[in-house]
Amino acid sequence: MSYLDDKTPIPGTIMFDGTMSRKGYGLNKMCYSLNDQAARDEFASDEMAYCEKYGLTSGQKTAIKDRDIIGLLEQGGSIYFLAKFAGGLGLNMQDIGALQTGLSLEEFKEKLVRAGD
Amino acid sequence: MAKIIGGIGSSHIPAIGMAIARKIQKTPYWKSFFDGFPPIHEWLASEQPDIAIVFYNDHGLEFFLDKKPTFAIGAAAEYISYDEGWGIDTIPPVIGDEDLSWHICNELVEDEFDITICQELGIDHGLTVPMQLMWPGNTYGHMKVIPVVINCEQHPMPSPKRCFDLGRSIGKAVESYQKDLKVVVLGTGGLSHQLDGQRAGLINKEFDLMCMDKLVNQPQALLEYSIRDLTEIAGAQGVELNMWLAMRGTLTGQVTELHRNYHIPISNTGAGTMLLSNV
Ligand SMILES: [Fe+2]
Repeated sequence: MSYLDDKTPIPGTIMFDGTMSRKGYGLNKMCYSLNDQAARDEFASDEMAYCEKYGLTSGQKTAIKDRDIIGLLEQGGSIYFLAKFAGGLGLNMQDIGALQTGLSLEEFKEKLVRAGD
Repeated sequence: MAKIIGGIGSSHIPAIGMAIARKIQKTPYWKSFFDGFPPIHEWLASEQPDIAIVFYNDHGLEFFLDKKPTFAIGAAAEYISYDEGWGIDTIPPVIGDEDLSWHICNELVEDEFDITICQELGIDHGLTVPMQLMWPGNTYGHMKVIPVVINCEQHPMPSPKRCFDLGRSIGKAVESYQKDLKVVVLGTGGLSHQLDGQRAGLINKEFDLMCMDKLVNQPQALLEYSIRDLTEIAGAQGVELNMWLAMRGTLTGQVTELHRNYHIPISNTGAGTMLLSNV
């Protein structure tokens, strides 16, 4: 039996398994392409046209437009590939953490510091 | 005969590479983290290993989801670090040891670890940050490196026990190599953290400290956890403990803790640093 057979949700966590990986394939492939500067330039010049090239769903395109990280995760985005999208916008992992948790950047950083108490 | 002289556990998060590039290691935020490394530098300087086997995970540089090996191992003459898309510095090429890589691969497959053998392998921060931490100023030119990549990005992921056993098999392979070489093994990543979801920012200090304690002489105690357990307890990226377990698996002799450091937070993580000798 696979550990993935336990479907009890882990709060605030999406298991990036086969179902999510299939759902997010085009989205993640688009983000993976952003490892290259030329692709980042092309993305920046017309985000939606670039998304179209990779066959993103309309929901995924909306989430890209809205910088909606949780929405992207729910639609199959993998955080490792989304990091390349977000990084290109100048967001680091703490910015992304703040966005996802609905905290301000300062509040999010404070929460991390408190984990050390 | 080749000999594994010790293991090092270390974080590999990109923010560390950014801090090194900006030369802010001595600022209040970073100091207690970087202060964990001089004892390791001294040990490396006195022990003079020839080879570093580095367990890490590829966060979407070399491997996309089209082909995602559970375990991959480098068998190249050199490894190049490439643009990861969000601005971390690349590092000069890392030199490989093809003969030892192939020896390890031959032994692993014989031992029923069916790894993916890579004659080209782009290296991301999972490997480049530890290289910069162990050999500041990129002074690793005298070292030969064997990268070992463990899937931590897409479920299903290999269990802690499987990763420990992979390490043990690599350890045996190294110790059966005929050349006189001193080998150090790096387990990189972790410790507890979660980057994605509403639970982003989770850190579990108590669990991390327990893991570091057990790693020294009771690693078996950590092999009961499933990947789901680790995700729940230590966060979605807490599964990077697997690389530390693989490192520990390679140490088959008398293991002694020579040094450790633990600091919260470094970026979004509990950052562990550990030096173990293997006699
Ligand atoms: Fe990592």
